[in-house]
Amino acid sequence: MHAQDTTALEAGFQATVAADQRIEPRDWMPDAYRASLIRQIAQHAHSEIIGMQPEGNWILRAPSLRRKAILLAKVQDEAGHGLYLYAAAETLGVDREELTEKLIGSRQKYSSIFNYPALSFADIGVIGWLVDGAAICNQVPLCRCSYGPYARAMIRICKEESFHQRQGYELLLSMVKGTDAQRLMVQESVDRWWWPSLMMFGPPDGDSPNTLQSMEWGIKRHTNDELRQRFVDMAVPQAEVLGVTLPDPDLRWNPERGSYDYGEPDWAEFKAVLKGSGPCNSERLARRRRAHENGAWVREAAMAYAAKQAGRAGQADGTGQADRALDPANEEATV
Amino acid sequence: MTDRRTWPLYEVFVRGKRGLNHVHVGSLHAADDEMALHHARDVYTRRNEGVSIWVVRSDHITASSPAEKDPFFAPAADKVYRHPTFYAIPDEVPHL
Repeated sequence: MHAQDTTALEAGFQATVAADQRIEPRDWMPDAYRASLIRQIAQHAHSEIIGMQPEGNWILRAPSLRRKAILLAKVQDEAGHGLYLYAAAETLGVDREELTEKLIGSRQKYSSIFNYPALSFADIGVIGWLVDGAAICNQVPLCRCSYGPYARAMIRICKEESFHQRQGYELLLSMVKGTDAQRLMVQESVDRWWWPSLMMFGPPDGDSPNTLQSMEWGIKRHTNDELRQRFVDMAVPQAEVLGVTLPDPDLRWNPERGSYDYGEPDWAEFKAVLKGSGPCNSERLARRRRAHENGAWVREAAMAYAAKQAGRAGQADGTGQADRALDPANEEATV
Repeated sequence: MTDRRTWPLYEVFVRGKRGLNHVHVGSLHAADDEMALHHARDVYTRRNEGVSIWVVRSDHITASSPAEKDPFFAPAADKVYRHPTFYAIPDEVPHL
C-alpha cells in the first residue's frame, strides 16, 4: 500500500475516534491498535475463565442451597463473560483456540487477582464485593471503548456484574450479623483481599507505559490511579456499614481533595505475582490446561457427529451440499 | 489454525421480545447448527434476553464494507427529494 493511502486511512481512523464514534471489525485500523486490543481483550477473557476457579472450588461447599444456586449462576456468568470477550477478540482476526493455547502456554496473562486462593466462605462474599467491585470500576468506562465489539461485550458484562457484587455484599451482611467467629472470618478475608484488589487497577500512572496511547485511542478513558481512587472512595463507606476495618493505616478522608488518601500497595508483590510467583499461578494454569486437554475428545466427537449427520443429510437429498457445509469456517470473517 | 477438528464460528441474533427485530448479539463456536442454538441460549440469554434466536454460520454472511463514506452507499446520499422535509408546504395546511 502507498504511504499516501495509509495516511488517508490513518486520518479516517483518527477522525472516527476523535468524533467518539466506534471502530468496527472491518474498518481499517493501525496495526498497533489491533495488537493492543487483542492483548487487552484476550487478557480480559482469560481473567474471566481463570476467575471461575477460586469460586468454583466453593460450589460444593456452599452452606445452603440458596448460596449454592447463586454461586453456580455467578460462576456460569464468568464463563459467559469469557465467551463474549473471546468472541470480541475474534473479530480482530485471531481465533479462540489460538488464544487458549497462548494462555496455557503462559504467553498471555490474566488478572493477578486470581492467583490468590479463596480460603474461606467469607472469601466468596469479599470476592463479590471487592474483586467484582474493582472489576466494575475498571469495566464501566470500557462500555464506551472506541472498539465496537469490545464496548458491546462490556455493556453486557457490566449488567451482569452488578448481581455479582450485590450477592457478595449481601453474603457479608448476613455473616456480620451472625456470630463473633463469623465476623472474624469476614475481617480476616478483607485483610487478605484489600491490597490485591487495589492492584487490579494496574501499576501506578508513572509506571504504566501503555496508558497514554490507550487513552489517545479511546480504548481507556481513565488512568489506573483515577480508577483506583474511585474504587477506594466507594469501598470505604461500604466497609463502614459492614463494620470491617480496611487494613491500611494511611487510609483517611482528605477534605481538600474530597477523597480518601490511601497507602501504597506493595508493587513488588504485584510484579512477582504477574511474573508467575503468586500463591496459585501454577495451580490455576495447570487446571486450565488439564480442562482443555481433557475436553479435546468432546470437541472432536462433536465434530465427528456433525460430519456424520451432514453426510447423511447430503445423501438423503442427493445434493452433495453437505460436503460443502463441512468446509472449515473462515474464522476471521466475523461481521 | 482452522482445520476440520475446530468448531466453526456462528453469528447469533436474538429477538428481545415479540414485535422487535432479531438483533446481532455476538458470535460463538459450535460443531453444528443445533449445538449453536443451544450454546446461543446458554451464552446470550441467561436472563430472559430473548424469545427467539437465529444462528448462522459466519462464513455464510455476505457483508458490505462498513465505512459510511464508502461509494456503495453514495447513491442514497444525493437524493434529498426522498425525504419529506424536501417539500415546502405552507404552514396553514393542516395534517401534512
